[in-house]
Amino acid sequence: MISLTSPVKTRAHGWPAGGKLLALCLASVALFAARDVWMHLLAALGVLGLYALPGLVFFIYGMRRLWPLWPFAAVILLWHVFTDAAQDGVLICFRMLSAVGLANLVTMTTSLAGMMATLRRVLRPFGWLGVNLRAIELAMAMVIRFTPVLALKGAALTMAWRARSRRRAGWRVIVPFMVLAIDDADHVAEALRARGGFDMDRTT
Amino acid sequence: MTTERSVAQIALFTALIAALGLIPQLTLAFGVPITAQSLGIMLCGTVLGAWRGFLAAALFVGLVALGLPLLAGGRGGLGVFASPTAGFVLGFPFAAFVTGAVAERLRGLAVGWSAGIAALIGGVVVLYIFGITGLAIMLDRSLSEAALLVTAFLPGDAIKAVLAGLITAALYRARPHAVASRS
Repeated sequence: MISLTSPVKTRAHGWPAGGKLLALCLASVALFAARDVWMHLLAALGVLGLYALPGLVFFIYGMRRLWPLWPFAAVILLWHVFTDAAQDGVLICFRMLSAVGLANLVTMTTSLAGMMATLRRVLRPFGWLGVNLRAIELAMAMVIRFTPVLALKGAALTMAWRARSRRRAGWRVIVPFMVLAIDDADHVAEALRARGGFDMDRTT
Repeated sequence: MTTERSVAQIALFTALIAALGLIPQLTLAFGVPITAQSLGIMLCGTVLGAWRGFLAAALFVGLVALGLPLLAGGRGGLGVFASPTAGFVLGFPFAAFVTGAVAERLRGLAVGWSAGIAALIGGVVVLYIFGITGLAIMLDRSLSEAALLVTAFLPGDAIKAVLAGLITAALYRARPHAVASRS
């Protein structure tokens, strides 16, 4: 599966994930509290500076991930120019760039394992309340394992359709696709039970 | 139902939502290439029921937040939750829950009709309430102005609700035990 983490190793990769997430929260709150357009300009430039620090490869990769925001920026700017509030429009665009940019930075510099470890720490109190944390972790691992499998099966179904029809595969392909997923789920459930399932947690 | 079966179904449906976003060749209706991902959210509710549908969609949103590129177009990561469309993504679990809850209430109707109506209420009305609220907050607009921005997507999503009904009905014929609201 493709990854959203950075192709370049940066110094921020070594920082603890929890700390980065906390800093992101505080920065986001500050961004939404600030009402001065010049502060937002400074913040946006600062974020771009952070992207530039690890080098050109990192910068280009990061900018490519921010690019999908441009339609929103265009709509917001046009809207505000027509309503004679261009300054507000610029502020919102800067804020969007900074907020999404910072959040992307955290994702780019934190490994999935680091995120998982932080999540585990956050969820631990719920375990004491009776939430089955093992089931959650297993479900997450299963999604990561089965998404590419299902995507392949979906692609195979689409190709099978195209081999038989001159028209493109439509929504009808989704029915056998779901049948495959449901049957897979049954097999996985049986395999889990055969290996002791979640009862193992209660006995040990 | 055993815990193992619930966990397996939730995980596989989460993977299914993700896989539906990965297949770009799906043109849903009238040749409009809309992503099937929100259709996956509706199907979570109509097939798995309210609670397990909620959990499957919540697992999906959680994995996106952890940094997996599961959203249509390979998007993912924390930036999604700071972007203008954050409301739609955060609304996924609640859309699936309401879809499932309505489908369970409409047992008197044929499967396809109950699933279609439930998908329209949960997967369109509830999802848009979350999505429009998110847009309004992120872009500093009033709710009605934000609503105006998304009206273009309404017809596509209404078609998806109809498809959710048709697909659930077909699935009920193929695997009757799998449709939670009828078992």
